Amino acid sequence: MAAIEETRERVADIAGEKYKYGFVTDIEMDLAPKGLSEDVVRMISAKKNEPAWMLEWRLEAYRRWVKMREPNWARVHYPKIDYQDLRYYAAPKSQGERPASLEDVDPKLLETYKKLGIPLSEQKMLAGVAVDAVFDSVSVATTFKQKLTEAGVIFCPISEAVREHPELVKKYLGSVVPVTDNFFATLNSAVFSDGSFVYVPKGVRCPMELSTYFRINASETGQFERTLIIADEGAYVSYLEGCTAPKRDVNQLHAAVVELVALDGAEIKYSTVQNWYPGDEEGKGGIYNFVTKRGDCRGRGSKISWTQVETGSAITWKYPSCILRGDNSVGEFYSIAITNNYQQADTGTKMIHLGKNTRSRIISKGISAGHAQNTYRGLVSVHPKALGARNHTQCDSLLIGGNCGAHTVPYIESRNPSAHIEHEATTSKIGDDQLFYCLSRGIGQEEAVALIVNGFCRDVLQQLPMEFAVEAQKLVGISLEGSVG
Amino acid sequence: MLEIQDLHVRVDGKEILKGLTLSVPTGEVHAVMGPNGSGKSTLSYTLAGREGYEIVSGKILFNGEDLAPLSSDARAARGVFLAMQYPVEIPGVTTINFLKTALNAQRRARNESELDALRVLKLVREKAKALNVPEEMLRRALNVGFSGGEKKRLEVLQMSLFEPKLAVLDETDSGLDIDALRMIAESVNAMRGPSRTMLVITHYQRLLTYIVPNRIHVLASGRIVKSGGPELALVLEEKGYEHLIGEPA
Ligand SMILES: Nc1ncnc2c1ncn2[C@@H]1O[C@H](COP(=O)(O)OP(=O)(O)O)[C@@H](O)[C@H]1O
Ligand SMILES: [Mg+2]
Repeated sequence: MAAIEETRERVADIAGEKYKYGFVTDIEMDLAPKGLSEDVVRMISAKKNEPAWMLEWRLEAYRRWVKMREPNWARVHYPKIDYQDLRYYAAPKSQGERPASLEDVDPKLLETYKKLGIPLSEQKMLAGVAVDAVFDSVSVATTFKQKLTEAGVIFCPISEAVREHPELVKKYLGSVVPVTDNFFATLNSAVFSDGSFVYVPKGVRCPMELSTYFRINASETGQFERTLIIADEGAYVSYLEGCTAPKRDVNQLHAAVVELVALDGAEIKYSTVQNWYPGDEEGKGGIYNFVTKRGDCRGRGSKISWTQVETGSAITWKYPSCILRGDNSVGEFYSIAITNNYQQADTGTKMIHLGKNTRSRIISKGISAGHAQNTYRGLVSVHPKALGARNHTQCDSLLIGGNCGAHTVPYIESRNPSAHIEHEATTSKIGDDQLFYCLSRGIGQEEAVALIVNGFCRDVLQQLPMEFAVEAQKLVGISLEGSVG
Repeated sequence: MLEIQDLHVRVDGKEILKGLTLSVPTGEVHAVMGPNGSGKSTLSYTLAGREGYEIVSGKILFNGEDLAPLSSDARAARGVFLAMQYPVEIPGVTTINFLKTALNAQRRARNESELDALRVLKLVREKAKALNVPEEMLRRALNVGFSGGEKKRLEVLQMSLFEPKLAVLDETDSGLDIDALRMIAESVNAMRGPSRTMLVITHYQRLLTYIVPNRIHVLASGRIVKSGGPELALVLEEKGYEHLIGEPA
């Protein structure tokens, strides 16, 4: 058996690990006052030494946002958010100036990342992972810059890109998710604090996996990252984001925007392992994850794949989508969404077929346990010019116990008679017979659930970069602890 | 030594085993035979500790220890193994991964060191050879799309891999052609030994010409109605179960 296969086979050592990322780092913070106003937007922009055009862009978004209303169509319920009771900027004080190298990074921060198991140290170069770590609102360190620079790849905090690569940022920022796209995206446009920027030039295959770890630390602080990835003609990049947050009993807001642009023949693979704090067994606390992610297959024959493993957050509201604009372009969405206790997830994708012979593939695995509600909401839209468009959707739900819910809401709009759209959906329960079979072979209850659920998710787990597949498998086990028996 | 004393078991509120008494000395192989619906699988599930199989009264002692309070996985760690009549499919979980997870779970529970993937693969390959289980089958999802015979062979493979102290085989012979039957019988016979106790449950006497048991017990309506030596199989073959049912053991 190949080594890759073997690693994927390795099943979680889940004994006794609950939410192990729930620690708080005690560090001096630079905080914005509570509430949102033009002044706060100006302050954020000033903190980042932004050029005037960027500030204008933000203010424009802010002015739109105050006139917008929060959406309420998703199958999620939460008390009204008081947007004036949140902070929109928090940064570790010692990070006022960006560190020149790893040695300059506050050791307490590095300790935090060590606890998170982030491969920040240069040794990990062997594993080929470059990491941009975002701690609350500030990007702390970007590793492996050297090697990437040699390849011509730009991988830096978006705040840096605004200053150093304004022509690229101006051209692409907001070109996939317009400023006025939706309430949360508009809010993000006004106050986004940091995030990653990637540009892979023509014909370049990015020499390593790129990754960003997001960490919310400060309390009552919203996190609004903005990620922009551009793969120029014939380029390839694989990007992974990981997310954790400390345990707090008040809810925290996370409203990120991710924009991907793939030009002719380019390919972007975007993977997420989202493990924000989900709240406790009674549903207290946890992250509200209201995220807009969209990829634009702008060029002919381009390809964008979204793979997500969503195990955390109290509420997830997220629809990574693909606009299949270029002829022969391909969009993929592979998703695992696990909800336990009182978690709610309303997630899915949109595949917008505009170009000829565009293809999309959706595999969604929803797992519900406890009192959780899990909704797949997906749109497949074929426009009149999208001759020969094809979609295949496979939506599988797995229920654990009798108090949870799974819902599948597919929207299909076909305005071209040549389109082929297939939708398959299944709902199943973990069978007593499956559990007993595992138990009778000596596998304990929790491990058995993890094993069965990992099997259920296999098609999606296989899409993850190998290094992260193992982590994801573990997460599956951990997030379902206590769900049976 | 397995000792079952006056065992009454209820499933879904219905009493299925009604005072079953049976003992199998360590090192022996006993067969339990009986018509369909007599309670054979109920007995096997009860021994393996399946939830919902409620012991109303009576005792199951294995090497002097009462099994009743032990969960199914704890029993497995103590060496209890059940080859199921209807092995279960687990989609997406490869057979080799399942075997490794199970083997290491048992080893962990016994405070033995876990085996790495390579060691497990080597072990499994050895066992697979004897049962003519192809390598390719090990990479397929557990029991998914396996033929009846493949499923049964995999059950026996697990038995030889886990090396249990008490092995219960529930109709492992049903649905097998003669070659597969022989192969399975060989594996079972190879496992016979002074420290292993085995209970072979079957509907037909055919299996018992290959696995010759020390004793045969006839189960009918939840009780053992007759016990005898291996020759009893032939009597049953000739006369059927009917003449025994209702007769005291
Ligand atoms: N879950 C159940 N609920 C009620 N009756 C059951 C259940 N399972 C089995 N039985 C009944 O118990 C009896 C014994 O079944 P079983 O142990 O499977 O017999 P065998 O394996 O000898 O064919 C049968 O009459 C069967 O219908
Ligand atoms: Mg039976």
